[in-house]
Amino acid sequence: MWSLSNIAANIDLWLNEQVGATWAVVLEMVIAGVAVIGLFATLGLVLVIMERKVSAWMQIRLGPNRVGPKGMFQSLADTLKLLVKEGMTPGGADKLLFNVAPFVAMIVAMLLLAPLAFAKDFQLWDLNIGVLYISAVSSISVISILMAGWASNNKYSLLGAMRSGAQIVSYELSAGLAVLAIVVLTGSLRISDIIQAQENGWWLFKGHIPAIIAFIIFIIAVTAETNRAPFDMAEAESELTAGFHTEYSGMKFALFFLAEYANVFIVCAIGATLFLGGWMPFHIGNWTAFNGVMDWIPSSIWFFGKTFALIFLIMWFRWTFPRLRIDQLLNLEWKYLLPISMFNLLLVTLIAIMGWHF
Amino acid sequence: MFEEVGTTTEGDLIINMGPQHPATHGVLHLVVTLNGETIKNVEPHLGYIHRSIEKMCESLTYRQFIYVTSRMDYLSAHINNHACAMCVEKGLQLEVPPRAQVIRVLMDELTRIASHELWWGAMAMDLGAFTPFFHAFRERESINDIMEETCGARLTMNYMVPGGVMHDLHPNFQRRVKDFLQLYKSKVHEYDEMVTGNVIFQNRMKGVGIISAEDAISYGCTGPVARGSGVSCDVRKHYPYEIYDKLQFDEILETGCDSFARYMVRVREMNQSISIIEQLIDNIPEGDFQAKTKAVLKLPKGEFYSKAETARGELGVYIVSEGGTTPYRIKFRSPGFSNLSILNRMAKGGKIGDLIAAMGTLDLVIPDIDR
Amino acid sequence: MTNEELKTGISELAATAIIDEADANGWLTVNIEATNWLSFAQSLRTDPALQFNFLFCLTCVDWKTHLTMVYHLRSTIYKHELVVKAKLDRNNSEIESVAHIWRTAEFHEREVYELFGVNFMNHPDLRLLILPDGWEGKKPLLKDFEDPINMIRL
Repeated sequence: MWSLSNIAANIDLWLNEQVGATWAVVLEMVIAGVAVIGLFATLGLVLVIMERKVSAWMQIRLGPNRVGPKGMFQSLADTLKLLVKEGMTPGGADKLLFNVAPFVAMIVAMLLLAPLAFAKDFQLWDLNIGVLYISAVSSISVISILMAGWASNNKYSLLGAMRSGAQIVSYELSAGLAVLAIVVLTGSLRISDIIQAQENGWWLFKGHIPAIIAFIIFIIAVTAETNRAPFDMAEAESELTAGFHTEYSGMKFALFFLAEYANVFIVCAIGATLFLGGWMPFHIGNWTAFNGVMDWIPSSIWFFGKTFALIFLIMWFRWTFPRLRIDQLLNLEWKYLLPISMFNLLLVTLIAIMGWHF
Repeated sequence: MFEEVGTTTEGDLIINMGPQHPATHGVLHLVVTLNGETIKNVEPHLGYIHRSIEKMCESLTYRQFIYVTSRMDYLSAHINNHACAMCVEKGLQLEVPPRAQVIRVLMDELTRIASHELWWGAMAMDLGAFTPFFHAFRERESINDIMEETCGARLTMNYMVPGGVMHDLHPNFQRRVKDFLQLYKSKVHEYDEMVTGNVIFQNRMKGVGIISAEDAISYGCTGPVARGSGVSCDVRKHYPYEIYDKLQFDEILETGCDSFARYMVRVREMNQSISIIEQLIDNIPEGDFQAKTKAVLKLPKGEFYSKAETARGELGVYIVSEGGTTPYRIKFRSPGFSNLSILNRMAKGGKIGDLIAAMGTLDLVIPDIDR
Repeated sequence: MTNEELKTGISELAATAIIDEADANGWLTVNIEATNWLSFAQSLRTDPALQFNFLFCLTCVDWKTHLTMVYHLRSTIYKHELVVKAKLDRNNSEIESVAHIWRTAEFHEREVYELFGVNFMNHPDLRLLILPDGWEGKKPLLKDFEDPINMIRL
């Protein structure tokens, strides 16, 4: 049957026949790199047009509708414009940090793709500490924002970066604890194990109320971590003009922009993997016929479908809620989310030990 | 250039908010002294859009100068024109026909709704919610369409002339206003659902930008800004002009003294304006829309002051006449200028986000402040 | 309070003031010496029967021979209104600031300061508000101000 894992296996087989085992690994790595970059470019285009269409729909207007059918090529045109724009560096900026920062943001986003399972048996790197790897690498993203804010030699950028630092470091805790709840239920940090554990039901449904609480906290925390409204304190355009990327233009700005959307995709993919079963089809008990139909849908469609559903949820937040104030934002984390997720973790542990989950 | 301004100590950060800044709605320039995120001082620098309308008016005739005033508070263009026309009428001791009076009040109230709609959308946008802006513009557009039909303009109407209005109402006027009333009533619940009832919004607004009643009076605040602090100052009630004394409407007072109180005043004021329009729209008397006036207006020697309630507060027009065809000196007491002066007091000690929330509820229109 | 009562009340406060009859707006006009203004303002604000707590308009008129400061006052408690005028010397115009009595005067006085050149003594922060920093030369709202480039005469 046609599937992503089959294609990958065939390529692997063919390369091994043609160039030998060592070169095959090298070439496969190159192919994976190109595929990741290609995925990012596509994601950027798709998510930007999706965001614009979603916002237009919520704001009773049409949105982009000039370039291509129903404006679908608008983001392509925007990318072209950004590519040919001059990337200015302000006079007083720290040139090295200023120019490196967008790439750091981008690289972090790319690294996070490694342990994700896009389809059945289709994963770049199924390492045994997948979840730990994700929380470790995602904390690096704050460095790129701090670099950008500090190097810009702009007070707005600096304020935005400092806000973002405080915010991401705080919300990392809740996100980590929410993820830990699933790790406790599964008993493994490996992504493929976590997905396998959801074969007969997603954790969101199997894990009782604690899993639902963990899911809600996870969504709130990752919205904050990706600097999306209502937690877009780092940008807060009505307060700080554009926050940490005030001074960026051209492709360097586009990289930040792309990194934001890539991060949104990644956190939603992680959410889908941990709580909604990743590529696992939706199964109900022993309804064999229903489950058979669900199995017939390719696993990659399941994965991307769940991810995009979560992305839509996050976009929905952005276009509905006003922004929090910085102290309210930190209060929310330290006074509410963190204690709740700690208590929730205890509850989950109890459930896991007693085997109360389905 | 601004580094030496104000008292700064080690660790303070001075940022220039504006003249190009998304939250200052125009070319207001605020020099903000920060300690971390906490505001220590806010100092407005004005003049980026100062056209010296007062000087300009000194060389314009009493018919001409009214049109310039549309460009002051462009969101209340009708009411600006109205106040000026009333001042000239006071000098000429001119009686305005009843039809013109009703038309003027109708236009004023439509303007007030349109202005508050725009403010409502912009306020939500200041706090980071984009969507309400577009929803507010849906209703505002239909008011602008009504204006366009009757006055020929959508923003700077120039419809009021000394003695009445420039031309009669468009035949469609009544029907379209009724359509608008229906549209507004079917959509007004969205305002509460989308913004007023939102927990984040309430947390951002409540307890922010406190103005005590004493301060409001001392700083010369008028309009919704003062009424949010419980100061009764509606010119339409206290010094009724045209037919306002014959109409049934409430002066909206809130005692919260904070940004949320001022927000509620404006939202509730829109409903009062709707009720005024409902009372009048079927009762527009027949007759002249303009009193007979001479081609060249000459005001007698003396001083004339008229006031009107714009969407932002009390607008005063002070004309000093030497008996000629042009004013000798004219002064516009614009509500925004006085309201702005309290900004520093409101914002001190708050966060940057609070400054935005407080400034938004002042409903500043910069050309009104700069004149 | 009616104008008659106001008249008696005010003439008790300032014996030297000349009180004009009600103008077209129905307001009394009190002409006072610029030097007496501060104490007069203070008593207008604090006198329990007057309580002029709201300064709703503050401006200046250039009469070519002299300047006149015009203060429009209102009591939000008694709903009476009053106009106070003070004559200033055109070449050396100065008057006491009332910014600490009515805080709104702070901005209005700054405006008058830069547009008319009136020097407000004891003003907390008398700097240019509207004109560009470092503006020198004639004050724009004076009658003899000329700007050949930007001013259009009809």
